[in-house]
Amino acid sequence: MAALCESFTLCGLGPGVGVGVGQGGGLLALEPGPEPDHVLLTDRGRTATLFKVSDQKPLGCWSVKHRQIITCPVVCNFETHEYVAVHDDKVLRIWKNQDINLDKVFKATLSADVYRIHSVPNGGPVVLFRGGGVRTLDVLLEAPQQEIENIISDEVIKWSEAFMEGQQHVLMFTTEKDGDFFVYVQKLKTNSLHKYKLEQQELSKPTGFTAYIKNRIITLLCLYSSDSVYKVLIPLQQNTEDEQQTLPTSLLLNLSVSGSVLKATSFVVLDKDHVAVLGSLAASGEESKECLTIWNTKFQTLQTSKELPLGTSGQLWCYEEKFFFTHGKVLTVMMYKCETASLAAAVGKLKGSQTPDVSSFVDWNTLGDEELVASPESQPSVALKSESRMTLRSKRNTVAKVQPDTLSVGQRLLKLKDVSTTVFEEELRQLMSKAQMPDFQATIGCVVTALVNRCKTNPKYYPQNLLLQIVQTRDLSYSLCPDLMAIALEKKDVHLLQICLQRFPDIPEEITYACLQVFLSISEACLQRTDVNLESITSYIDTEFDNKEVKTEIVENGFNAELEQDICDSKSPEETRVLTDGESCPVGLQKAALLNAVLRSAYSETFILPHLKNLPAQQAVLFLRYLYYLYVKCSEKINTALPGTQSPTINQIMDWMCLLLDAHFTVMVMLPEAKELLSKLHKFVRAQVRFYSELNKIEGSLHELQRLNHQKDCQTYSIEVLELI
Amino acid sequence: MGEFEVHRVRFFGLVPAGVRCLAWQPRSARLALARTDGTVEIYNFAANYFQEKVIPGHDARSVEALCWAGADRLFGAGLGGAVTEYDLARLGTSCSVDGGGGPIWSMAANGSGTRLVIGCEDGSIKLFQVVPGGIQFERNLDRRKGRILCLSWHPSDSHIAAGSIDILRVLDVCSGQTVQRIMVNYHVQKVQRECVVWSVVFLASSTIVTSDSFGRVQFWDWQQGTLVESHTVSTSSALSLAVSEKEDSIIVGTSTGATYQLQLLPVRVGSLEKRWVRTKPFQHHTHDVRAVVHSGTALISGGLDAQLVIRSLMEKVQKKGYEAALRKFTFPHRRLVSCARKARLLLFQFTQHLELWRLGSTDKTGKDGEVLPLRSMPEHLVQLKSKGPEHIYCSCVSPCGSWIAYSTASRFHLYRLQYEGDSISIAKVPKVPKLLLPAYQLQFAADSGSLFVASAQGAVHILQLLEPGGCKHLHTLRPPSETPEAIYLLAVSADGHWVAAVGGDWAIHVYSLKCFKHHCTVPTYSCAVTALAIHPVTNNLVIAYADQQLFEFSIPEQQYTAWSRMVQNCGLHRLWLERDTHITHITFNPKNPSHILLHDVYMFCVLDKSLPLPDNSALLLNQSTLKQLPETARQRQLHAFKICKKFQPLLFADLLDENCLVVVERPVMDIKTQLPLPVQQKKFGT
Repeated sequence: MAALCESFTLCGLGPGVGVGVGQGGGLLALEPGPEPDHVLLTDRGRTATLFKVSDQKPLGCWSVKHRQIITCPVVCNFETHEYVAVHDDKVLRIWKNQDINLDKVFKATLSADVYRIHSVPNGGPVVLFRGGGVRTLDVLLEAPQQEIENIISDEVIKWSEAFMEGQQHVLMFTTEKDGDFFVYVQKLKTNSLHKYKLEQQELSKPTGFTAYIKNRIITLLCLYSSDSVYKVLIPLQQNTEDEQQTLPTSLLLNLSVSGSVLKATSFVVLDKDHVAVLGSLAASGEESKECLTIWNTKFQTLQTSKELPLGTSGQLWCYEEKFFFTHGKVLTVMMYKCETASLAAAVGKLKGSQTPDVSSFVDWNTLGDEELVASPESQPSVALKSESRMTLRSKRNTVAKVQPDTLSVGQRLLKLKDVSTTVFEEELRQLMSKAQMPDFQATIGCVVTALVNRCKTNPKYYPQNLLLQIVQTRDLSYSLCPDLMAIALEKKDVHLLQICLQRFPDIPEEITYACLQVFLSISEACLQRTDVNLESITSYIDTEFDNKEVKTEIVENGFNAELEQDICDSKSPEETRVLTDGESCPVGLQKAALLNAVLRSAYSETFILPHLKNLPAQQAVLFLRYLYYLYVKCSEKINTALPGTQSPTINQIMDWMCLLLDAHFTVMVMLPEAKELLSKLHKFVRAQVRFYSELNKIEGSLHELQRLNHQKDCQTYSIEVLELI
Repeated sequence: MGEFEVHRVRFFGLVPAGVRCLAWQPRSARLALARTDGTVEIYNFAANYFQEKVIPGHDARSVEALCWAGADRLFGAGLGGAVTEYDLARLGTSCSVDGGGGPIWSMAANGSGTRLVIGCEDGSIKLFQVVPGGIQFERNLDRRKGRILCLSWHPSDSHIAAGSIDILRVLDVCSGQTVQRIMVNYHVQKVQRECVVWSVVFLASSTIVTSDSFGRVQFWDWQQGTLVESHTVSTSSALSLAVSEKEDSIIVGTSTGATYQLQLLPVRVGSLEKRWVRTKPFQHHTHDVRAVVHSGTALISGGLDAQLVIRSLMEKVQKKGYEAALRKFTFPHRRLVSCARKARLLLFQFTQHLELWRLGSTDKTGKDGEVLPLRSMPEHLVQLKSKGPEHIYCSCVSPCGSWIAYSTASRFHLYRLQYEGDSISIAKVPKVPKLLLPAYQLQFAADSGSLFVASAQGAVHILQLLEPGGCKHLHTLRPPSETPEAIYLLAVSADGHWVAAVGGDWAIHVYSLKCFKHHCTVPTYSCAVTALAIHPVTNNLVIAYADQQLFEFSIPEQQYTAWSRMVQNCGLHRLWLERDTHITHITFNPKNPSHILLHDVYMFCVLDKSLPLPDNSALLLNQSTLKQLPETARQRQLHAFKICKKFQPLLFADLLDENCLVVVERPVMDIKTQLPLPVQQKKFGT
């Protein structure tokens, strides 16, 4: 889970600094200060300022002389707590906190232009020259005029970063020449330089880079102009000085949300699963809005976002769990929380993301519409878009390319919008029959969405068989076609719902509850006519109905006898009839099968409980009756498992029983018809508890016997063989 | 390296006696411990908690209270009614003065160690002066009815608090009068049971802390006679109390085996007002915790389950590491088993008797881990009961198995055993020479021709054993400079040329037996020696110290061997140094001179000098890893320490012949079953 917290203003920015990406605007850089909670701000002029972030106040400010320009962001040397800056490309300045006038501090004129100085904790600063030469500051200061080699001839450095790996500095930078991008990795201590070429992407170029190092592997993330983030792995171990390698890139993230594309300007890595992207969201037909977003790369989902209406300079920094960016005319600090990514969290957030800021582009319910309404220009991204949503289930390492096939899927679907239903279905069937396309699932998703949309627009239209066929044969998920179940619920298509419950791994609790409610409320007569998959019940209910009259009490565990005794002792013989009543299934076959589908579906207790409270009392009692029946059935067998492949386990039954009792505690207490059921249930559970406590005793004795046995093994004397090597 | 046939012996029925009282001497970092059988032990915390001295008990001399007076004088008092001073050099009693008040229940020394006060059965409280050479009765303080169970001096030595049944009294030392009398149960309505004040501590402020049989720790203002605070720490008795030197922390021992720490803490952060708060509970014991001590950095408790537990206070330790680890001692740090290698006999030493066992045998062989079928069972041959109330100091069986010797405080016994088929005859050797007794260690020569007797003042007596059953005093070896300390460890060379002896001053003297003269002294290493042995082939003396260091000293060359220097240069493996029990026995494999066999309570190790030492990055316990490796890969992984932890707790291990080992284990569960039932506690879920 990731969340953006409140923001505050660190400082206002001068007139030259304001909004607007470009050479003139923005800040030069923001670097961590000498202590935690400190940052060093360098503007694109003459000034560097040290801030204490939590106090929102500047601690120091230094300027170079008029007509000089700081050309390289001021960094802090963490070892000496000195500040290092370069102005006018070549003039190196080093000063301490107490220095006021930069004119009087240490100065060294270098022989080559500096690109950037990197300061790494636990290692001194490293200077990267425009020509690709690298020196540590210490080495440089020994002979400032030393000659700096030019490595990259006419390539231009685009970005650079430094790390500490073990005891040595690792500096990497990317360069560009004629549309080709190169990555250089330089290890300072061993003085080894590796040059790699980035694999080219069609039609798009990298516009931004960020990198981190973990387990001696550098992960380079590249932001491409195609609005996607690619990942490049660069192992550090390589010692062989082989020729220039081409680095393969793999798609990590598509920055598209429900039809709108995030035109990213900068991004940072938050942790192994999260990146933050600053950019402008251009929804079709609307004005683009700038916003700060956090994406989960593991599940490829948008975690949270924040609109920035006043505009930004397109720069984003992140230190100590805080974002820094210019918003309007101020430098804004925004805190965030980023927790380990889990599927539940990722999905949960998506469901719960009803905050007005976010809903504008992560409303899953409006997804299908937008997709089809989307203008033809954005159609090529249909496949990609749906992919970004469905990767919950699909593994994708292949580089996504714009497939002409899928392109036609989108277009075809768009065309099919107005054709007659028969033609429409035929077309869809054709579409699906296409052999395994790479984005087959995406296509299916689109098809289902199209179908559902058509159902929505045309209330009379409901292609049950087609939908059933799709759901039954394809690996769909709820999140791929969220409206499908809603439509099915609306149409009370219990069979489809049953199949969905069985197939979909990610049904929200709300929908699960709605299914339960529909299943319980629908009349038995109605169900008789419908076709329901009875697989889950046939093995234990069928015989029941046949042999109802001749059924004899099978006592396998011993508790039944006790139960019977309990009842026989206290109640008249007519009450025993009630018992046999309880033993028969309280619901019809179809209903039982449907309920089993609910029982077997995945859910989270906390989320389903509030919904379950809404269940009408009569239905709750009926459901409890059924659960009780299942429980008794389970307990008849020594392995407490129901036969059959789709039947619910005893744990699922017990969990639901507890949930139901929790949710309807007061109702159950008040309801007269529940009284008898509850007392029966209580007696049965009590008998079970007694039975298990007996088992417990036996276990104790057996354990003791085992222990004694074991002791016998360790006699007071033995001769053993011991091998020492 | 090879396979061993291991005789795994678990029939040594040793039950260590419970801990009765503890006395802490901060200046020398020594802890005196008395057990319920009257044994007094001294633990040297500076020497890695080594149990450096043991004074065996005496049936008539129970110890109810121990206290240090001055720097190094230790007094004990017990139900025998006498106050005894212990001679820590000679490991015996030096003087004993009758208290004259019946059984003594409690004793306390004042801060300066010049006076002792004892509390007697008849309710009298007597003051003694500590004078050179003993103690002198000074006066009786105000006597009331009821045994005095606990006593405590005010740190200024002006008052004494005395706890009795239902009553706590404060006495003025100058006048001898009772100045305050507190009924500890006064405020409790309708109490049927009597309340025993088990322990009392007088704090420098006018506060007295008591612990009683109702499980309460109570703080009294003695001048007002009022109860200030009361903490019920246990449902059963709170038996013992100790306070830290700064008086900001108290440890309470209870009869459920739990100990609790109470700390004087500010009510709020930065507040001046402080209150006693029960902070930490510890459950290290299963039985009564009769004695607790609060040293500067640790809580020390001793229980009737015979365990001594030392738990460092984390806030007082500089670095959290091995030093701060919990220490538990159950077994003595010396060996109570001796082995007749040739005859395959084991001699077990109990407090008042000896047992001689013959090991079983097998004619099968097997693979690693297999239990072999027995051809003959082990046989209990002889049980020798020591007459009189004195407990046994030491015992030994000769390598041929035909001699047994043991010593008590005042008597030395030598027996001659003869085996004729299945029958054994045992005959006491008459007229043993009158020696300086007691003997602290006995060791037969490898040929069973002579017996070495470690004695007081650094002396080693040599007795020549004569057939068919006699002995004569051959010589007495004495160190070049006089020492009052007794010898506690002996090692004799296999060729009969050398004997090495270690005394309480930790100096190792080597004597030549050819000319009966002092040969050399091993360079002093300021730590206690826990085991030593002379190599049968090279005559190198291998020494294990309490700080887990190992040295090898060449007797003929009178210097440390090259290997020993190499060990010191490279350093031993960190895990080896961090073991918390001491090497108690060293032996050798005559067929393989590079092997040294050592053991402590939790491991048995064959040290192969021909292999490289493991460095800290290597796996010290690598046997199981090695077993999984193919033969070729093993060679690179081998290192000198071949450690086996299969046998635990290990009281003794010895090599019977080239590939036959005997190990004597004493499973803790077996001891537990011998203990009385602990206080019944309701446990959740039972």
